[in-house]
Amino acid sequence: MAKHDFKQVLEPTPFHARVDEQSLVKNWTSWNGYQTARVYDTLASEYFAIRSSCSVMDLTPMEKYRITGPDAFKFLSHLVVRDISKLQVGRVTYVLWCNDEGKVLDDGTIFQLAENDYRLCSQHHQLDWLLLSSLGMDVNISKETHEVAALAIQGPTSCSVLTEAGFRGLAQLKPFRVLQTNLHGFEVMISRTGYTGDLGYELWTSPENALELWDAIFAVQNLYNIRPVGLDALEIVRIEAGFIMPGDDFNTAETTVRADHDRSPFELGMDWVVNFNKPYFTGKRALIAEQALPIRRRLVKMSVKGNKPPADSFLYDGKSGKRIGTIKSQVWSPILKANLAMADVEYRNGVAPSEVWAEIYYQKELEWRATWAECRIIDKPFWSHPRRSATPPGQF
Amino acid sequence: MTRSVIIVGGGHNGLICAAYLAKAGYEVKLVEARDRVGGGASTVSFAGGYSVSGLAHILHSLNEKVCRDLNLAGAGLKAGPAVDTISLDRQGRHLTLGANTASGDGLSQKDIDAYRSFKNEYRAYAAALDPLMMNKPPRLKDMDGRDKLTLAKIGMKLRFGLGAKSMREFLRVGGINIYDILNEVFDNESLKGAIALDAVLGHHMGPRTPNTVLAYLHRLRGENQGLPTLPPGGMGQVTQAISDAAHGFGATIRTGEKVKRILVSDGKTSGVELSNGEQLHADIVVSNADAKTTFLDLVGTGELDAMFAHRVNQTRCKGTVAKVYLALSELPQFGDLSPEQLGHRLLVAPDMRYLEHAFNFAKYGEFSRAPVLEITVPSIADTSLAPAGHHVMSVSAGYAPYELKEGWEQQRTIFMDKVIALVGEYAPGFEQLVVGKEILTPVDIEREYNLTGGHWHQGEMTIDQSFMMRPVHGSAQYDTPIEGLFLCGATAHPGGNVTGIPGHNAAQRILKTQGESG
Repeated sequence: MAKHDFKQVLEPTPFHARVDEQSLVKNWTSWNGYQTARVYDTLASEYFAIRSSCSVMDLTPMEKYRITGPDAFKFLSHLVVRDISKLQVGRVTYVLWCNDEGKVLDDGTIFQLAENDYRLCSQHHQLDWLLLSSLGMDVNISKETHEVAALAIQGPTSCSVLTEAGFRGLAQLKPFRVLQTNLHGFEVMISRTGYTGDLGYELWTSPENALELWDAIFAVQNLYNIRPVGLDALEIVRIEAGFIMPGDDFNTAETTVRADHDRSPFELGMDWVVNFNKPYFTGKRALIAEQALPIRRRLVKMSVKGNKPPADSFLYDGKSGKRIGTIKSQVWSPILKANLAMADVEYRNGVAPSEVWAEIYYQKELEWRATWAECRIIDKPFWSHPRRSATPPGQF
Repeated sequence: MTRSVIIVGGGHNGLICAAYLAKAGYEVKLVEARDRVGGGASTVSFAGGYSVSGLAHILHSLNEKVCRDLNLAGAGLKAGPAVDTISLDRQGRHLTLGANTASGDGLSQKDIDAYRSFKNEYRAYAAALDPLMMNKPPRLKDMDGRDKLTLAKIGMKLRFGLGAKSMREFLRVGGINIYDILNEVFDNESLKGAIALDAVLGHHMGPRTPNTVLAYLHRLRGENQGLPTLPPGGMGQVTQAISDAAHGFGATIRTGEKVKRILVSDGKTSGVELSNGEQLHADIVVSNADAKTTFLDLVGTGELDAMFAHRVNQTRCKGTVAKVYLALSELPQFGDLSPEQLGHRLLVAPDMRYLEHAFNFAKYGEFSRAPVLEITVPSIADTSLAPAGHHVMSVSAGYAPYELKEGWEQQRTIFMDKVIALVGEYAPGFEQLVVGKEILTPVDIEREYNLTGGHWHQGEMTIDQSFMMRPVHGSAQYDTPIEGLFLCGATAHPGGNVTGIPGHNAAQRILKTQGESG
């Protein structure tokens, strides 16, 4: 790849020629410094491509780090709060990691590519923290965000589309497993992973093959509805699926200045990722201490009654009651016909509030109005589908 | 059941901690890597038949409470004769500095009077800090009763001990440099140079470096108990007495056994593993090693939080002083100094500009073209240190930075000869008297004494690495993130010099948190 021209504010990804061509509304934003489409055409068509057929998203801007060397496993295990001892070559696992105080820095996935060879994907830039954490370990860490082109192919027909495009053996690929394969003579790594809560795959290849990979997938567009999708559609489906977004749903520890504005895994409802029965990891002492006390707050999934968008709403323990939190992100879910939200809510004596009300401000023809909407805390993902975890996923 | 303790390292602080804990009834085992106890305060032999203090060569601040508590006099501690400081002059206009008196050719009455009032004032500042020194450094967040008491005592000492005027002055000078202060107070350049040396030697600092007043106060603290002395038999005699006292209280002391790692599981320590593979188990492990050695080498970063390990790794800990031992066929002649006067502490620190220039080289990874020297000839008071008629000279020579641009391998003897030649400028014919010589650069000190960076004080004694931040926050009250593991060396508050205070304070902390008696 040619080196990025520093005078360009946003860096093009290896797929940029096609992304630019497909983008009708030119609604660009920056994702880790890359020029990324928020919407290509219309939000609704992109959303329904993810939920009803097949979507393609340029995933290249996701931060990617290569971790190799004799202590690579030891390093990763010491980095993350999860027990990753069952990870093996060809598998992927979701992880998150904390600072010394047990507050979450970021989340992501670890791919084991070979013996002592891993890829860590994260939401935000983490190179400094990774290097800092590697003191005393025989490990090599490099950023490979730009060296690996990545596409997310998500939706009910994603398996069929990829099979039609020429990939073999996908039907037998289990969730969180990796298939090393090739297409038209170049290597492609396919992982059955995603951020939509539905059947989906992520494809990884060298940047010089990016356009050919894109074209091979869109070549079967005559058989299947395939659409490129932007970040706005992703925001809806990731909330439906109940996935957290560091930096949006909570302040990451690295960017937090004020006391108590950072969040522990417990406060994010991510208890299931934390494992104390493994060797020491950064934040373990703090998290053990925290767990001994009643939880003070939690990031919860909530459905909000009515059709008014509860954007940035304050939350109360009753209509005009005591303020107990705020909504961090929210969407209208077309498939569930409901307002869904991620909300930071105070707990009392370690117990969730029995009643939560959102104070919603909304406009009617440029005139502001206020209303109250009752909220319901939901433990499970708002939406999921059996084909997400079925192998083979079935033909749709 | 008796609580068991392993102490890693038998420097004077390790020995003192061992003695206190053994006295309290703990079952104490001390493991020292070298073949003798004492660490930097030991006596070594060189050049066949000559003995000299290994690193520290003047006893100037061994805490009197420690001496009393452990009855070190009863265990054989002999302080030896008190010494004045003589600042050498090429023209023979040497200055002699006592606790309060200054004399010498060319010294004005104004400077003589100023010296007395300056020393009184600064000793009072040092005394005001005593509550801080003899207690664990108070935490600013989540203070316990003891921390509040310590802060209250300092407040009382500063406000009512010093008085409003002195307190104001103390607060003004506490963080600044000795260069400005001495220029305010004195006229005589030689006098200023001699005082400034006490503020910079052993630190990566020149007289103009902020913080040098604090470093000077650390050094001066000992004078509140009396003048510096040259202990007979060298510093090894002092630490042997502490060792004997510890042994007398029931501590077991093993030398020539190096600890390879501190055993940690589930965030708790369970003992140590020696380099021969033997494991020793105990409820408590106390490390006399510096913070980097303790945490990064012996515990390992795998057992620590990443940022904590990073902070430890970032502490400044690079020595700047080389040690030169010289065997002399007879006493050198420094102008008209009498043999008795040669038994005092001699300085080559002609003025503050000279010191600052010497330091400039260290900043850029070079050794001083004109070094700064602190010299003793201990064989004058204790003839047993050298063959009959012969003498030994011990020289602390700055600045000799740990990280020398060209590496020390080739430069070691060049620097040593430079030091010898420099002494020769004050004592003509000196080179011909040298019958044996040896140099320890900071790199050698690191290797021989297991001191990271070969740093005298196990870490720079700057404000950002002092008090509740020594060695780093998160481990500043002698305890560590590892349950059952404590620090007792100069790496902990209040820092270096042969004071015994870190060892004393660590023992108090252990007794307070782990039970007053074993």
